[in-house]
Amino acid sequence: MALPIITPASTPYEHLSKDAPLGKKLAASLSTRIGRAAVIVVCLLWTVPTFGLLVSSFRPENDIKTTGWWTFFTHPSVTLQNYRDVLSSSGGNADNFGKYFLNTVRITLPATFIPIVIAALAAYALAWMSFKGRDWVFVGVVALMVVPIQMAMVPLLRLLNLGGHLTISGHTFTIFPNFDINSSVVSVWIAHTCFALPLAIFLLKNFIQALPKDLIEAARIDGASHLTVFLKVVLPLAVPALASLAIFQFLWVWNDFLVGKVFGPSDLKPMTWKLNDLVGSKGQDWQRLTAGAFISMVVPLGVFFSLQRYFVRGLTAGAVKG
Amino acid sequence: MGDLIATFGTALAGIAIFLLVLLGIYFVTGFLPGRSKERSRVAVFLGPALLFLLIGLLIPAIRTIFISLYTNKGDALDVNKFVGLSNYRKIFGDKATRMVLLNNLWWVILGTGFSVGVGLAVARIADQMKAERVWKSLIFLPTAISMVGAGIIWRFVYNKSPDPSHEFGLLNAVLTKVGASPRIWLLQQQNYVAGAPHLNTVLLIVIFIWIQAGFCTTVLSAAVKGVPDSLKEAASIDGATDLQAFRKVTIPYIMPTIVAVSTTTIIAVLKVFDIIQSTTGGNFNTDVLANEMYDKTYPQNQPGYGAALAVIIFVVVVPVVIVNLRSQRRAREIA
Repeated sequence: MALPIITPASTPYEHLSKDAPLGKKLAASLSTRIGRAAVIVVCLLWTVPTFGLLVSSFRPENDIKTTGWWTFFTHPSVTLQNYRDVLSSSGGNADNFGKYFLNTVRITLPATFIPIVIAALAAYALAWMSFKGRDWVFVGVVALMVVPIQMAMVPLLRLLNLGGHLTISGHTFTIFPNFDINSSVVSVWIAHTCFALPLAIFLLKNFIQALPKDLIEAARIDGASHLTVFLKVVLPLAVPALASLAIFQFLWVWNDFLVGKVFGPSDLKPMTWKLNDLVGSKGQDWQRLTAGAFISMVVPLGVFFSLQRYFVRGLTAGAVKG
Repeated sequence: MGDLIATFGTALAGIAIFLLVLLGIYFVTGFLPGRSKERSRVAVFLGPALLFLLIGLLIPAIRTIFISLYTNKGDALDVNKFVGLSNYRKIFGDKATRMVLLNNLWWVILGTGFSVGVGLAVARIADQMKAERVWKSLIFLPTAISMVGAGIIWRFVYNKSPDPSHEFGLLNAVLTKVGASPRIWLLQQQNYVAGAPHLNTVLLIVIFIWIQAGFCTTVLSAAVKGVPDSLKEAASIDGATDLQAFRKVTIPYIMPTIVAVSTTTIIAVLKVFDIIQSTTGGNFNTDVLANEMYDKTYPQNQPGYGAALAVIIFVVVVPVVIVNLRSQRRAREIA
């Protein structure tokens, strides 16, 4: 899954053989230049919407509502009022965006950590423990990747809300405890964990299985238990895979809207929910939307710029999530 | 803030207790004789994952199939009257839902086609360009943003100003500049040409392409760089032009990656929900399956109908995921 190392730039037509006719060379060089110019234009165009929002978020409310963001460059006026407004927590109608930022943090960190721990354990068992039906269990796990969130969402919510109970001749047994989904964020963690597991197990098993066989068998012959091998040999070697997976899962949960909206208690909804709520309830307060949207992007963009390498790997690996 | 620390404290305590219980079981079962010891070890390592998969995916998925055969009315969490396939009949018979399915089809065709097309073009042309990484990361950047955030970014592109002399939405401003008349995008019905996609849906697909093209570029670019130089040189010596070499050598060589990227994009398209919610809410001819499934299940309180829509998403996704997994493996063998 490792991406090939990017090679240094070379001249555009060096691959044309030296004795190619001059006209052909010129034509090739011209079309190469046009193509490259087009790519640069496309890439710049791609950046315009985000850039426009960033500029807007620092413009005064009245400017935003009367002129386009490009006016900023001829009539610059900068304010932090939009950020102050959206972050304000006083007053009944306050957006209190800081609270939702923390909600997202509170959802995201455990919802990244828990599934990776569970998946790593399972991946080790599927890769290095021998038991009957091992391959079938793995096939079953992979098969669950086809279940979209929409397919499992409603019954899982019901289970987490009401618990699982079995009534036999008048006695009710609780098989599965219910979580108070009106006040607890646990149900969001559990939902994210369930939806993350098939892919996480699939990726980690493939990686862990590819570790050198000699190393693990030697440790086992020396009398190391499965737990020791897992903690001391496998986990340290699996760090690259764990890191890619963690970044992918982190961003996935951070940017998630559907799971947070359905499973989150009203007081603990994530930032994406609040943003969407702002669109609906304060659709005309565009200045707040700009600041809110940017606050929600700060962390993913930070991850993007600082960990791009892992980000790419995680993304390519996480193709079939949810 | 203290609240947050308390939450993490609870989370950490929960995880710690969970791991301690596992460790306890592991330790206690260490005294068991040979075979059952080995088995209990497997249970400790594999058990938690299987438990979560069972209660979180397998049982709910089966339940959803059952719910889709039950009544439409009543509380979202309480279904009881068996109605057979009537929910499915309604979905395919209803004119409004047929439009939803048709919209989804356009999403798959245009959303996937253009994301992969742009990705392939940029991957090929940017290859060997100076500062290639800078250009590619510009196009890749929207991938990091949430779809809700993307929806808001694009509201500022599609905006309509109440004062026509000062258009502040980018699209309308550009239209005004070139002498066309600005209009309200997304938030009103547009003229519809039979056989073509609804204009508002196309505008939303543009947002999706904007998000997805960077992913396609990055993956395809890695594949393009993986094509052996010897193959390209051979084509060049045979007198092939750049474009011919690309079509006849590079494309067939990276085909598994193209299939993997396309199927990945199709899966994302079929579940698109956030973009719709943060822009039109499914109004003005922009509704799609995943959004309709949510609307029917929760706001409209028709769990049976919603479940049937979920099952349809599932049925469409299954073959795509299978093709995807296969071609990913092949793509990896090449890379």
